[in-house]
Amino acid sequence: MPGLLKHKKVRSEAEIPTSSMADIAFLLLIFFLVTTTIDVDTGIGMTLPPELDPEVEPPPVKERNILTVLINAQGQVLLENEASAINQVRAEVVRHVQNNGADEAYAESADKAVVSIKTDRQTPYDMYIQALDEVWMAYFEMWDSEARKLGAANYQDYRDSLGPDDENLVRERIPAQISLAEPDIGDGSI
Amino acid sequence: MSQHFKKKAQTSQGIPTASLPDIIFMLLIFFMVTTVLREQDVQVRTILPKAEALTKIEQKRYVSYIWMGPEKLGNNEFGDTKVQIDDALIEDLTNIRTIMYRKLSEEPRLIVSLRVDEESEMGIVTDVQQELRKGGTLRINYSSKRDVQTR
Repeated sequence: MPGLLKHKKVRSEAEIPTSSMADIAFLLLIFFLVTTTIDVDTGIGMTLPPELDPEVEPPPVKERNILTVLINAQGQVLLENEASAINQVRAEVVRHVQNNGADEAYAESADKAVVSIKTDRQTPYDMYIQALDEVWMAYFEMWDSEARKLGAANYQDYRDSLGPDDENLVRERIPAQISLAEPDIGDGSI
Repeated sequence: MSQHFKKKAQTSQGIPTASLPDIIFMLLIFFMVTTVLREQDVQVRTILPKAEALTKIEQKRYVSYIWMGPEKLGNNEFGDTKVQIDDALIEDLTNIRTIMYRKLSEEPRLIVSLRVDEESEMGIVTDVQQELRKGGTLRINYSSKRDVQTR
């Protein structure tokens, strides 16, 4: 009889209950689930040109190397002085950049090609973004095909395969040179 | 007789810990409810344009926002296009260069995200861009949403 009692005493030793640990973890999990914003901020990245020194002339760019995209206050697009639709911009940019000197009107080589986007002060922002989007999509397509020449599935794969010190050959061959021209005073004309 | 004494000693003397998780939960819920995650009160309407050629901004802490759009007046009415940085509407656009210069000196990898309403005109966007160039903050991002329909 005394032996049984001794056994009982050992069992009643105090312990921190750990069965609710899972609940605590779940609650924390739910908290972070609720507070974390899942939608990533997306947008079209650009680098603005640095402030120009008024005394230094900008380097001359040959007229044929520039593809001008004009958008007027009504949202109409003028591609190299020809009225066109916004969805023609992409093909035109590809043709301009990949011309390699074949056509007189387009760029001499891909690394010299510049796309200039010029707007009015009254141009709707939406139209500007659409045009910029088309130009970027053209470059993305060209980068994809250039990356495939280098043996990658697409440009994203190629870029992921690069080390931090590796040169990005695709970007070197086809640099995205997009110039945002300063707008006219906007009297409706371009 | 001795059995009686033993039984009495068995009643636990410690603080009951069974309700401890509940207390912690209550605290957690209290903090959850009262904590305001730093959120800017945007005073202008920004319906973002849609685009395809999107890049993601992974490093959110480098991002500083500039909102541009018609000012919210309440009752679904909208005023003139205004520029907002952090919590204040910017009346004089030339202040942007000093604001941005200060932000850039704090965080050299700063990316300025322009959240512009799609119905804005390019004039104000260009003015802000010129100010950003003067402030030296050259990395910008035109915040836009993914185009659902394929053009």
